[in-house]
Amino acid sequence: MNMKRQKIIRLTLSYLVILAMTVIIVYPLLWVVGSSFNPGQSLSGSKMIPDHATLAHYKELFDTSKSDYLIWYANSLKISTLTMIFSVILVSLTAYSFSRYRFIGRQNGLMTFLILQMIPNFAALIAIYVLGLLTKLIDTHLGLILVYVGGAIPMNTWLMKGYLDTIPKELDESARIDGAGHLRIFFQIIMPLAKPIIAVIALFTFIAPFGDFILASVLLRSKEKYTLAVGLYDLVAKQFGNEFTTFAAGSVLIAVPIAILFLSFQKYFVSGLTAGGTKG
Amino acid sequence: MFEKGDRTMETSVYRSSHRKIALGLSVVPGLGQLYNRQYVKGVLFLILAVSYYIVFADLLDIGLWGLVTLGEVIGRDHSIFLLVEGILAAIVLVFGLGFYAFNLYDAYKNGQKRDLGLKTNSLREQYHTLVDSGFPYLMVSPGFILLVFVVIFPIIFVVLLAFTNYDLYHSPPAKLVDWVGLQNFIDLVKLDLWRKTFINVLAWTIVWTFGATTLQIAIGIFLAIIVNQKDLKGKAAIRTIFILPWAVPAFVSILVFSGMFNESFGVINKTILASLGIGPIDWMTDPFWTKVALIFIQSWLGFPFIFAMTTGVLQAIPDELYEAAIVDGATAWQKFTKITLPLVLYAVAPILITQYTFNFNNFNIIYLFNGGGPAVSGQNAGATDILISWIYRLTMTSAQYSKAAAITLLLSLVVVSVALWQFRKTKSFKEEDMM
Repeated sequence: MNMKRQKIIRLTLSYLVILAMTVIIVYPLLWVVGSSFNPGQSLSGSKMIPDHATLAHYKELFDTSKSDYLIWYANSLKISTLTMIFSVILVSLTAYSFSRYRFIGRQNGLMTFLILQMIPNFAALIAIYVLGLLTKLIDTHLGLILVYVGGAIPMNTWLMKGYLDTIPKELDESARIDGAGHLRIFFQIIMPLAKPIIAVIALFTFIAPFGDFILASVLLRSKEKYTLAVGLYDLVAKQFGNEFTTFAAGSVLIAVPIAILFLSFQKYFVSGLTAGGTKG
Repeated sequence: MFEKGDRTMETSVYRSSHRKIALGLSVVPGLGQLYNRQYVKGVLFLILAVSYYIVFADLLDIGLWGLVTLGEVIGRDHSIFLLVEGILAAIVLVFGLGFYAFNLYDAYKNGQKRDLGLKTNSLREQYHTLVDSGFPYLMVSPGFILLVFVVIFPIIFVVLLAFTNYDLYHSPPAKLVDWVGLQNFIDLVKLDLWRKTFINVLAWTIVWTFGATTLQIAIGIFLAIIVNQKDLKGKAAIRTIFILPWAVPAFVSILVFSGMFNESFGVINKTILASLGIGPIDWMTDPFWTKVALIFIQSWLGFPFIFAMTTGVLQAIPDELYEAAIVDGATAWQKFTKITLPLVLYAVAPILITQYTFNFNNFNIIYLFNGGGPAVSGQNAGATDILISWIYRLTMTSAQYSKAAAITLLLSLVVVSVALWQFRKTKSFKEEDMM
């Protein structure tokens, strides 16, 4: 009897904690969604479930004469996609060499990567800003993409090298005996086996530019070049509250696809990180 | 490159002194190789050396001069351009010296082969060694070159900038920038304004890093253990909900929270606190409450990551451990402190440290919530500015580039030493094959 009562108390407490956390987690999210359907611009009279729900803010965002939102969305997609493609290519090449070849400078190279991955690339903010000015790469997407890709290389190389190290070397050795060249082994044997980690790195390097604010806000100067993070901040910071409902609609439109993408790949995120964390 | 075969031969007797002559001749790259009768290689080396000299002579000359002087004539010399060229020249010089060293090494090794009466490699063999041993370099070089220019180059630039007086009043082209040695670091300690700001920002950065991170870790582990109880129903749904704050882009959540905490229309003051009968709190203008809000938001944002990690570890703990503990008469608390917690902490420890360094540099939350504010009189950083957001403020709003660089240098030293200390401790670092 006593055991059973203890169990009931324990489970009740657990459910209460979970319920409280659920409210804390969900409330802000529902609040944005609610705000985005509220009529009017300011939040003063807004309710979570509005009396006269309206899609006006969404319509406004999609009206290119009134807002740059679609341009920002396109910019973010473009920057993220290109960053992802270049990062995956460069990281695969580098990680493969570090994993499979023993060459002079390898250890120093790995050590350099290890140290570099610890310094966030925006620590050199001033340098990136001044160099951007000097090379005229400021206010261009190219400059931003280059910085993102360069910043993504060290950490993701370690992640991928850790994974490639687990693929048995006998595979490429037997292929070499069969007469396969360097490139053939890379493309036809290693890369197909490395698909899971490539997926993880692709996701990481796609999502990171989406969430970055600091580099984008330093490098991008004109409104039509903004990414979503900078643009949405601009929307709220300029006259806080006055456009909050529009901002809320913009947030929902970006948060929902990213969240769905994230939740469907969440397992890989965790496994990729723990693999890199414990092995690399 | 040739070391494997050669090492065993070093003990045997030399018959001639080709190696010394080749080494001596290679002071001019290529001559040693020609002497060793590797004509194609020798000519290639010679051409490379000559073209290196022709192409880079000016850059090396001006760059190295600029690096030392940072310009002498206002109007003609742009100090920051010169600094950039100087770093470029230094990088080019390092690559040049690397090639030169390889040339000497190659001449010596092949001379040694001849001394031992061995044949030097034919052209075809040379080509094959080049392809085989060059392949990894070829693969690494695109990424490495990009890394040099967008990561390493800026870091060198910042390090050098920390020893100059580059700011609003020493701004090219109207003024020259000069080397000032350790002046920036001395100012940070000696000048009242800077010292006060630096100490305040550093103190809050430390409190922030440990407070926010420890809280998010504790919540994450606690919730994971609660949700992972065997007899709890609806695990999958609960887990999905608990992951949500991680799934939503952080900048969106932070901006939303800054709306919720807004003093004039925010839902927290207007609705939640009002319904509890508590008067409005100055979330944005009172330093203390701003800090409380920031730590709350970071816990909200950060716990799902720890939660997901811990859940993974918990699911991997074999049931037998607990069964054995029950047989031995362990209480629930003992099971938790002796089995669950040690295993969890052991598995997620490396990731925990990255969480601390992440929050140490967590610019987004500080800046997006209310720009590091509220303002504080008598210092040039806001009350909630951490080091990285202070650097941003110094760079972007007050053009204190050299001070910002000096602070960046200090900050990077902290991050790197913490991280190196951590990696020294992990086993994989010591395993020969991993490195």
